[in-house]
Amino acid sequence: MQELKTKIENPMLPKTFQIHKVIKETYDTYTIELSGQDCKSNFIFKPGQFNMIYVFGIGEVPISISSSSENTSHIAHTTRSIGAVTNAINALRAGDTVGIRGPFGSNWPLEKAIGKDVIIVAGGIGLAPLRPAIYHLLSNREKYRKVTILYGTRTPLDILYTNELEKWKSMDVYITVDRTDDKWRGNIGVVTTLIPQAAFDPKNTLAMICGPEIMMRFTIQALQSKGISDTDIYISMERNMKCAIGFCGHCQFGPAFICKDGPVFCFEQIKGLFSKREI
Amino acid sequence: MESLQKVIEEHSFFKTLDEKYIEVLTGCATNETFKEGEFIFREGENADKFYLIREGQVALEIASPSQRPISIQTISNGDVLGFSWLFPPYRWCFDALAKSKVRAISMDGKCLRKKCEEDHALGYELQKRFGEIMAQRLQATRIQLMDLYKMPARG
Repeated sequence: MQELKTKIENPMLPKTFQIHKVIKETYDTYTIELSGQDCKSNFIFKPGQFNMIYVFGIGEVPISISSSSENTSHIAHTTRSIGAVTNAINALRAGDTVGIRGPFGSNWPLEKAIGKDVIIVAGGIGLAPLRPAIYHLLSNREKYRKVTILYGTRTPLDILYTNELEKWKSMDVYITVDRTDDKWRGNIGVVTTLIPQAAFDPKNTLAMICGPEIMMRFTIQALQSKGISDTDIYISMERNMKCAIGFCGHCQFGPAFICKDGPVFCFEQIKGLFSKREI
Repeated sequence: MESLQKVIEEHSFFKTLDEKYIEVLTGCATNETFKEGEFIFREGENADKFYLIREGQVALEIASPSQRPISIQTISNGDVLGFSWLFPPYRWCFDALAKSKVRAISMDGKCLRKKCEEDHALGYELQKRFGEIMAQRLQATRIQLMDLYKMPARG
């Protein structure tokens, strides 16, 4: 299903990138903006693809690119602290360097979505891999019909890109939180409860979903019950990616490799595997 | 101004319901509005109504001693508010607070229960619709309880 694969000279060799900005998104999530140290070549990628970020002396993790694909002078990664490497990434400061391998994997089907309603469903940190797609939709707004973003997080303090969400006005943005205090004025409940509020033509809609797998399972069910076809539902999968080029087999998902054939899959393509708990 | 019957007919909860039942339901319906901050009902009160929300947002809350009320869920336009009118002892289990101006159609639960007893086909239609909404909300609550976004991952 992959629309594009970016050619990389030596996919196992990290290139040195320097951080020039660190943005604190929430109490445990940071965005780093970085550019290649040699600055000889632009970084070209497609929305939905990921990089392997190598923190020297600590380790390497796959992280989706969260910046606009139209800006090739720098890239951004939004990372939540959940382990040794991500803790180390979030401790980095402007001027520090990391190794980058990538971009890897498949991308969101933005060409296929032209002329359709688009519904984006994000859960938690799952908004980060969707942000490049959102930027693309924003800068090519006239090519798409109604665009709706449904975003669920744990609490109001976990909401990412708070300044940007307000600027995405040419789209309908609905946010919900699982739990909150009485200061929150928005929706409370899981992200699937927002689907009835979204207006879309199910026969002419493309859905892009990213979040915890359980959340994606229930979101798919809810979208199917609204009449969206499996061929128009795309999800970004996550597994334990190591080599990122389909050699090591760590991220094997049935006959596919998440790193190479994914992370973005059409649901129609993997629905037989999606419900298999052994995989 | 739209007639009550038309509003009920067009509400997603009553979509595809037979016209004769829409007329019956209209006989038990009243237009209501609630100001921001107003309680639509409170825990423990008699549950003798349910509401079709037409506009605005309602928070379901539960009060707890020595702390602020805990909001559990919000109900928005197009949703249905209230199941407790259907089952004894017909008392609300939560507070329903209008988070913004709310326009709703309230349905008289006592009147509807009587009509459902008289016409079991109507009763079955209503039970099916409420059953579906209750199943969806139970499923949503279970997912909410899982605290999915906090789940540990590697990296």
